Amino acid sequence: MIVTIALRELRSMFLSPLAWCILGVLQGIMAWVFLIQVDNFVLIQPRLAGIDGAPGLTDIAVVPLFGLLGILLLLVMPLMTMRLISEERRSKTLALLMSSPLSVTDIVLGKFCALAVFVLLVISLPLLMALSLNLGTDLDYGQILAGALGLALMLFAFIAIGLYVSCLTDHPTVAAVLTFGILFMLWVVNWAAKAGEEGAEVLAWLSIVHHQESFHRGLIDTGDIVYYLLMIGLFILLAVRRLDAERVQA
Amino acid sequence: MANPANEKLIEVTGLSRQYGSLHAVNNVSFDLRKGEILGFLGPNGAGKSTTMQMLCGTLAPSAGEILINGVDLLENPIAAKQQIGFLPEQPPIYPELTVDEYLLYCGKLRRIANSALTEALDTTKQRCGLQDTGSRLVGNLSKGYQQRVAIAQAIIHSPDIVVLDEPTVGLDPIQIREIRMLIKELGKDHGVILSTHILPEVQMVCNRVQIIRQGELVFNESIDDLNKRMRSGSLLLAFNKPPAADILQAIDLVEAVEMLADGRFRVHFNPDASPAETIVRMSVEQSWGLTELTPETRSLEQIFVQLTSVDAADQEQAA
Repeated sequence: MIVTIALRELRSMFLSPLAWCILGVLQGIMAWVFLIQVDNFVLIQPRLAGIDGAPGLTDIAVVPLFGLLGILLLLVMPLMTMRLISEERRSKTLALLMSSPLSVTDIVLGKFCALAVFVLLVISLPLLMALSLNLGTDLDYGQILAGALGLALMLFAFIAIGLYVSCLTDHPTVAAVLTFGILFMLWVVNWAAKAGEEGAEVLAWLSIVHHQESFHRGLIDTGDIVYYLLMIGLFILLAVRRLDAERVQA
Repeated sequence: MANPANEKLIEVTGLSRQYGSLHAVNNVSFDLRKGEILGFLGPNGAGKSTTMQMLCGTLAPSAGEILINGVDLLENPIAAKQQIGFLPEQPPIYPELTVDEYLLYCGKLRRIANSALTEALDTTKQRCGLQDTGSRLVGNLSKGYQQRVAIAQAIIHSPDIVVLDEPTVGLDPIQIREIRMLIKELGKDHGVILSTHILPEVQMVCNRVQIIRQGELVFNESIDDLNKRMRSGSLLLAFNKPPAADILQAIDLVEAVEMLADGRFRVHFNPDASPAETIVRMSVEQSWGLTELTPETRSLEQIFVQLTSVDAADQEQAA
């Protein structure tokens, strides 16, 4: 059932120009930045050669791509998640899903999986671009995979949050604005933290981007994975509860 | 399943639904048997759609019990919903999909096995007259065809119960006829519940009628009983040489005589025994020159208005 719903969602997504448009624009920006970074590396390479333990090509050209993609998707994901439930509710197709023999969990997970596939596609395109450097040099695959994993986890958390917000309203635009607000707050929440101050660690832990740092260094920290899994689980649970409550209260 | 003729497909007891302090549906009980087409009537906001949504599990009741084929909808929703096909008030369509894609998706949602899916699709399209539209986008179809697609969606898994919320709204007269034929056809081997504003539709299609007013069931009778109820006890009479009203009044079986403005009479009597024969005989014997004798029937509309107007309860008591 989850697969059926996910496939329908993906189909509708790629029948509309939005998904193609987002893929194209993101890829264009990524390619431009990637080119600049590779260029920079070529310029400073002679100087780097003399330093012991200097950053390599992976650090300079590939890892920044993940950071940039994270920021771009902070803006783009709300646009992708906004219609997930609110559109179904507006066009009354939610009644079709609700009267079919499925559980609300099936509906929510189906939606989540569809966007997860889209996100993996979004990550894989720049990743392929980065891997093309392999033609001329050696890359640190471990670091690249860690970065991609971290990014994917963060984006899955974005989806879960957007999915929940989409359950709250009939208006896709309202959902998009709210989602963006929540994501941005989670992004900057640790800016308030001053080193040594009480609570600083909590704020830092809450920050959704703070947990990316060790992934970027090639470090897979269970703590970071748990943070993202908690976020994903929490908001999926909230979305299920919210949709279920709709039948009762409405 | 042992006794298909009497099998209760739906059994609803004490169903209620509140929105805040508003009782949208209040303590409604009824059942639906196989082969029945149940018409659901009521003015706007009476609770028709709410009741139907509760039957299909898209809305949870505040109180009451719904048994679908003996399965409790609230306790075992997945098994119960498999027996239901639901057409909501607005067709639940995805305009970007083709008719085939859409119907296959609905079939999968209703857990039709993959091997049976193509066959189900073909028979359903045939039943709903959609054979030539399979590869067209649902969003590009006319309203009537979209409605057919929406009905197809409700019957693709051949459910025991089909719930149709205003199925003929927005269709042209020919399409309405076709949809009515389709509903009658469905009634042969499914149980059908349909809500509508169009009263003649109920008389044409349904074999049982329920009228709901302010969330309460005020009328629940078979169409035969309804027809009996509609035979009201009055005749319209016109004479060339009209007799005095008290002579008419004295005739056996006549209960009351009314003089109408145009010189005609309305004669009231008990519906089970008509004085028409006596009146004709007396008219010939005493040469009143009878020119008109019309038995009056009450229309469903009158019954509907009587039952659903605000002071209907008082009228019922007076009657």
